[in-house]
Amino acid sequence: MANDPIHQFHITKWIPIEVGGYDLSFTNSSAFMVATVAIAGAFLFLTTSSRGLIPGRLQSISEMSYEFVASMLRDAAGTQGMRFFPFVFSLFMFVFVANFIGLFPYFFTVTSHIIVTFALSLLVIGTVIVYGFMKHGLGFLKLFVPQGVPVILVPLVVMIEVISFLSRPLSLSVRLFANMLAGHITLKVFAGFVTALSAYGAVGIAGAALPLFMTVAITALEVLVAALQAYVFAVLTCMYLNDALHPGH
Amino acid sequence: MFVTPGYAQETAPAEGEVHTETGTQHEAGAEGAFPPFDASTFPSQILWLAITFGLFYLFLKKVVLPRVGGILEVRRDRIAQDLDQAALMKSEADAAVAAYEQELAEAKQKASAIGQQARDGARADAEAERKKIEASLDQKLADAEAQIATITSAAMKEVGTIATDTAAAIVQELVGGKVDKAAVKAAVEAVRQ
Repeated sequence: MANDPIHQFHITKWIPIEVGGYDLSFTNSSAFMVATVAIAGAFLFLTTSSRGLIPGRLQSISEMSYEFVASMLRDAAGTQGMRFFPFVFSLFMFVFVANFIGLFPYFFTVTSHIIVTFALSLLVIGTVIVYGFMKHGLGFLKLFVPQGVPVILVPLVVMIEVISFLSRPLSLSVRLFANMLAGHITLKVFAGFVTALSAYGAVGIAGAALPLFMTVAITALEVLVAALQAYVFAVLTCMYLNDALHPGH
Repeated sequence: MFVTPGYAQETAPAEGEVHTETGTQHEAGAEGAFPPFDASTFPSQILWLAITFGLFYLFLKKVVLPRVGGILEVRRDRIAQDLDQAALMKSEADAAVAAYEQELAEAKQKASAIGQQARDGARADAEAERKKIEASLDQKLADAEAQIATITSAAMKEVGTIATDTAAAIVQELVGGKVDKAAVKAAVEAVRQ
């Protein structure tokens, strides 16, 4: 069991709740969602509570994350896009903190479950669709008809555009989910080698040095991936929101 | 926010089906099915994601982001204000430099004016002195000329008298007798004219 690399993804019920035949239990996943939100919220809240004119280190982190996401959104979607800033910032912080919490041994990674990433990406695409139609009406459909395409090619291009639009929630969610899942499995497999090899005496312990080194290296890589995937998720969200704001390409 | 519950409802029938027979399967599934694809855990995950992410969104939107935005705004204002103040001070310094330079220029001008005045004064004095000397020289010249004229006229007058006397004496010697003085004088005058 200890060497099962899949074990870390198991969901265990902490407080069983069942409503109308649905299993809505408070699980370890729920607990880590709460922890993610609590840590991110508390950090942002407490570090900025002094409202220092000259920021301390921690306040700087909060301000930098604010300005980082703000400039990302402004670059991708323009000033009008800033109405979505709380949404994009929440998404970024949630994914970022969830990814990082997941890096601690024995901690559950919320974003390693596809249903979570899929729900988040559906939220993004849903926002794009609802806001797009609300703001532009049927003009939002211009998104699927790029300008300057020969008339004969229009049906083909529209089909491609529709498919690419529909595949967005899938690619957005699978990218994050697969990165988290694969990284954690790899890490667990190499760590498992260390314990397995070290059971074979002195030679085994010497041989375990390589997987141990790999574990350390992959941990470093996973830190990068955790930050990068949160960034990618936020950037793509910004670009999709830009489509809702300016559908005419 | 509005998508997640909708999705939950969409997937609900499938969930229900699975769930009716998963009372035991879920426990057993912990061993068998790959956890991320275990659909029996989906409703719970979606619900708790909606709750936690929804609260997180509201908290950030209502509390954290306005605060951070405010901090950054205040700082930006403060920096702008400080820059303005620095610009003001710079302009004041520039004004002080300009005033100093103007005073310097004025002082130089005044000094040169004083110099000029002194030079002019000296020149004027010299001129006046020269004129006075010239005038006195002229005066002396005129006096001398006048004296010469007087002497000349006196001498001429003397010449007339002498000529008349001489003529009268000559006439008397030559002619004899009494000589009419007035006639001799008139004749001498006529000759001298």
